Amino acid sequence: MKVNGVVYPTPADPRRLLSDHLRHDLGLTGTHVGCEHGVCGCCTVLLDGAPVRSCLLLAVQAEGHEVTTIEGLASDAAPLHPVQQAFHECHGLQCGFCTPGFVLSVVGLLAQHPNPTPEQVDEGIAGNLCRCTGYASIRRAVHRAAELSQK
Amino acid sequence: MTTRWFGARVQRVEDDRLLRGHGRFTDDIDDGALESCLVRSPYAHARIRSIDVTAARAMPGVIAVYTAAELPFGQTDLPILIPHPNLTHGRTQRCLASEVVRYVGEAVAFVVAESRCLAEDAAEMVEVDYEPLPVVITPESAARAEHLVHDDVPGNVAAEMIQEAGSVEAALAASPRRKRLHFRFERGAACPMEARAVWARWSTSERRLTVYDSTQSPTSIRGGLAVLFGLPESSVEVIAPDVGGGFGPKIMLFYPDELLVPFAAMQLGRPVKWTEDRQEHFTAVNQERGQVHEVEVGFDDEGKLLALDVDFVHDAGAYTPYGIILPIITAGQVPGPYRVPNYRVRFRDVYTNATPTSPYRGAGRPHACFVMERTLDRIAAELALDRAEVRRRNLIQPDQFPYEVGVAWQDGNAVVYDSGNYPVLLEKALANLGPRPGGDHVGMGLGMYVEGTGVGPYEGAHVQVLVSGKVVAATGIPSQGQAHATVWAQIVADELGVDVADVEVTGGDTRRFPWGVGTFASRGAVTAGNAMAVAAGMVAEKARQIAADHLEVDPADLELVGGKVQVKGSPDRGIALAAVAVLANPVRYAFGGGTEAATQFTARPRPGPPLHEGEQPGLEATGYYSPPASTWAAGCHTCYVRVDPQTFRLEILKYVVVHDCGRVINPLVVEGQIEGGVAQGIGGAFYERLHYDSEGQLRNASFMEFLMPYATEIPAIEIDHIETPSPLNPLGVKGAGEAGVIPVGAVLASAIEEALGVPITEMPLSPLKLFELVKTRS
Amino acid sequence: MKPPPFEYRAPTTVEEACAVLASLEDAKVLAGGQSLVPLLNFRLARPAYIVDINRIAAIDRIYERDGGVAVQALARQAAVEDSEIVARVCPLLTAAVRLVAHRVIRNRGTLCGNLAHADPASELPAVLLALGGHVVARSIRGERVIEADRLFSGVMETALAPDELLVEAWFPASSQPFAVIEESRRHGDFALAGVVRAVDRLALFGVAPTPVLADPRDPARGLQPSGDLEATAEFRLHLVRVLTGKAFAA
Repeated sequence: MKVNGVVYPTPADPRRLLSDHLRHDLGLTGTHVGCEHGVCGCCTVLLDGAPVRSCLLLAVQAEGHEVTTIEGLASDAAPLHPVQQAFHECHGLQCGFCTPGFVLSVVGLLAQHPNPTPEQVDEGIAGNLCRCTGYASIRRAVHRAAELSQK
Repeated sequence: MTTRWFGARVQRVEDDRLLRGHGRFTDDIDDGALESCLVRSPYAHARIRSIDVTAARAMPGVIAVYTAAELPFGQTDLPILIPHPNLTHGRTQRCLASEVVRYVGEAVAFVVAESRCLAEDAAEMVEVDYEPLPVVITPESAARAEHLVHDDVPGNVAAEMIQEAGSVEAALAASPRRKRLHFRFERGAACPMEARAVWARWSTSERRLTVYDSTQSPTSIRGGLAVLFGLPESSVEVIAPDVGGGFGPKIMLFYPDELLVPFAAMQLGRPVKWTEDRQEHFTAVNQERGQVHEVEVGFDDEGKLLALDVDFVHDAGAYTPYGIILPIITAGQVPGPYRVPNYRVRFRDVYTNATPTSPYRGAGRPHACFVMERTLDRIAAELALDRAEVRRRNLIQPDQFPYEVGVAWQDGNAVVYDSGNYPVLLEKALANLGPRPGGDHVGMGLGMYVEGTGVGPYEGAHVQVLVSGKVVAATGIPSQGQAHATVWAQIVADELGVDVADVEVTGGDTRRFPWGVGTFASRGAVTAGNAMAVAAGMVAEKARQIAADHLEVDPADLELVGGKVQVKGSPDRGIALAAVAVLANPVRYAFGGGTEAATQFTARPRPGPPLHEGEQPGLEATGYYSPPASTWAAGCHTCYVRVDPQTFRLEILKYVVVHDCGRVINPLVVEGQIEGGVAQGIGGAFYERLHYDSEGQLRNASFMEFLMPYATEIPAIEIDHIETPSPLNPLGVKGAGEAGVIPVGAVLASAIEEALGVPITEMPLSPLKLFELVKTRS
Repeated sequence: MKPPPFEYRAPTTVEEACAVLASLEDAKVLAGGQSLVPLLNFRLARPAYIVDINRIAAIDRIYERDGGVAVQALARQAAVEDSEIVARVCPLLTAAVRLVAHRVIRNRGTLCGNLAHADPASELPAVLLALGGHVVARSIRGERVIEADRLFSGVMETALAPDELLVEAWFPASSQPFAVIEESRRHGDFALAGVVRAVDRLALFGVAPTPVLADPRDPARGLQPSGDLEATAEFRLHLVRVLTGKAFAA
């Protein structure tokens, strides 16, 4: 499988979840694990460009596919991705645990709706739980990200 | 002091690494750690006949399996964090139960293996023979003592306390109107997005224990581990790295894993890690809010309160590790911002066969607020008065501070409100709410609260100017998302006249700052914030002294501005702070930074030894702040809701907060705290419920069934501030962390009651509950 | 919350998948995995074998057939949601699939997997029933069509045999008026109760062990819904009446 552009061997143990594989075998700890039953969205990654739950994928299933984690969105030397930048500007994160999942879900949302309506924003981020922000700042961040993406 | 950074909407310095996925949470730390898993009781109450770990030990990849028998501290009761004379029957659990389990999720055995998968496989093979015992699950049944949770605790009563201010019996007897009321609040759960985790390593060569722990109080954990393992505190380092939300329950002394993981690491000579999964989090992590209240209120025909008598039962859960802090807070906070001339409060803290309780954001206050606000709404209804008018007539006035309530506070002091302006909060919240929307089944909600914040005893800070001119600052308390690194930097930057970006803050790392208490009770800004100001002020003073010496001017004529110490108003007559940092150390071997700038001054000799008596090297200082008493924040929430009369779906049409936390350090951060708090309050009021059945099983231990709200359930929150500075601390700040959540239950109850026309006396609500209430009425 | 041990098979053709299923005891088909993997992580499902069909090529089509729309085994719910064919031929299905969980779940979850999982509170089985659609099951014994009213046999139980793979679902074209209305606690949750209207046909979900057809004039007749944490049987019956009223209004 390819993760953030780098090819890695597939783990031998079929019950290794993709989330655990990314975190513990590849050291990509930006993918967080919040519930392991697909509800919280902390573990969201892009699979061939579309956001999916990495805790609901066996790592072996990612063989032959491209995975993008939060670490792959903007290289360390590069400025933040527009979605990351918008979260910063709008105080869209507090503890930061849910944040990678939100950011990648929003990347997916903006690919689907580059100029989302407020309803589309709510729909697009429902599916990710945040216990700190109350979502208001995240909504603002999505609209800001749409602006920044079009610049 | 300049006020350049204090009060500004400074964007967070924490964000960049968190956004790039470079946060460092406890489970991110690996270093070849073994993984582990706890075997937990499936029964709410049972005697353990036997535990057989033979088969588990033989499973692939298993390194060790521990039961109480294998632990040197296996028969030691874990500590009671805050003993109290009224806690006559305090009980705590042991690290691993070996005789009786008293709640589902109580730890029984600990499995260490090469991976969590293998540890879970082995945990399934641990055979525990349980003899089920009768279960006590509701506070009401506990108070009736149908069965006992602890054989040696009569009536299940851990503590009882009665306080009285004034003369309630006489005042009630003389009241023109009296009402008896009953209010019930169920347990809730904090549910931070990161569950708990502990990682530990023992270095045999250095005899040093290093522990990463998602705790809200690493300094306390360190102290406890040092005692337990017989090590000097200097040989134990505890770090709370990035912590993914706390909200209260991440502070405990101790959760079993916090002892077992370091113990196993010392035994096995390899790093060991334990990461809680979401399912076990639901029963293993402390909960809160279960209380049942009987109220009698006396009032006059104008709606003025004359007497309030509150008798409540607090659901402690199976043990009292946190003492009786929670019911004490409720007892102290029921009167809220209102004058209650005669107030009596009695509580009983009773054991149940459920997860133990400890503070969860709000900590005793949401239920206290619910009792008072619902009571005022009843008075308004009885007198056909506007709900706001009843409040107006009872509010403590701005000229009545300091205001003594007449009961005790959690720190042992009396409850004394230091400052506030409650009428302005109310009027602003009403004005900001605006006109009532059209349509049927719309209700307006209203609720006010006070919050004792900034409880002591103290916090400290260390601030150092490096020879690069950059500043490092550290305090003992960790952040769980409250932007400490930004707001402490704002405070330090103002004192030292530097840019916020040049101040790097460390919190919750005993290697950097070993003293302190913890992040809880909305106390960070008051305690650590002021400690930062104290320490940075000491550094500034030292910088002025050194600079004055070398510039041959009076220190009083110097100011710290723009990274320099300069003669006031004369930027050309100054010296870089970096150079002062070099001068502060008689041994000047640094590269770069301020070194070159400082050398021109090094020739100037002064008499005596290089380090004079009382001088310390380095441009650094350690300072402490210990608050004389709690400082009291306050606020008012108003809202409009619509409830669908057929489906009972709740729509929050508008939600307004007016908030007073004294001087605001960073509005961006405070607004984030409030928005998050209100959302958590909405979750607790209408979506989240811990469904315990009569056998003590939590039937919805997953995010599929414990319904934390998504964005689609949370409305926009309109926030306004007023600032009545606290007279008790130099910065004039009050706490802000818990405020948002406190009145939400009361506010939504008030609104839903009006929308549907059914009395609301309990929390949480749900469409089903409203359906039942409407059915009962008709 | 880590999966229990299992053996993993990843056939690359439908024929191979059927052969594998025929040869194994206690195998579970893994399609989108959005229901199965949580069950594995909770260790509530402990199959001896996981047969992952995601390596099978060209079974993700959505196409018109027999005046309706056919959705193959690996068509993701998001693809159904975005499909112009579905929107044109069976807009009821477009409306219904939008109510299934959240977009990120739909990116991976499959429509056929949802039907095979047969959660009684799920929308899509009720849509299939309301429209009178069918599914196509394949095994080494051959292919057979199972009509919607024969497919759902109990709570999370279907007429599919252990060796059968659900390879396609077929939905007849939907005509106006149609509606899918549900009451759930949060956006995206399984429904406390829900109704699907297809002109004058009514199917209910969340109120019986399987989706059921009902009389729009008396939708709750004969129902004996179970109660759970968020809805009693009585509340469910109430909601069925309310939602049916909404679906058939105007």
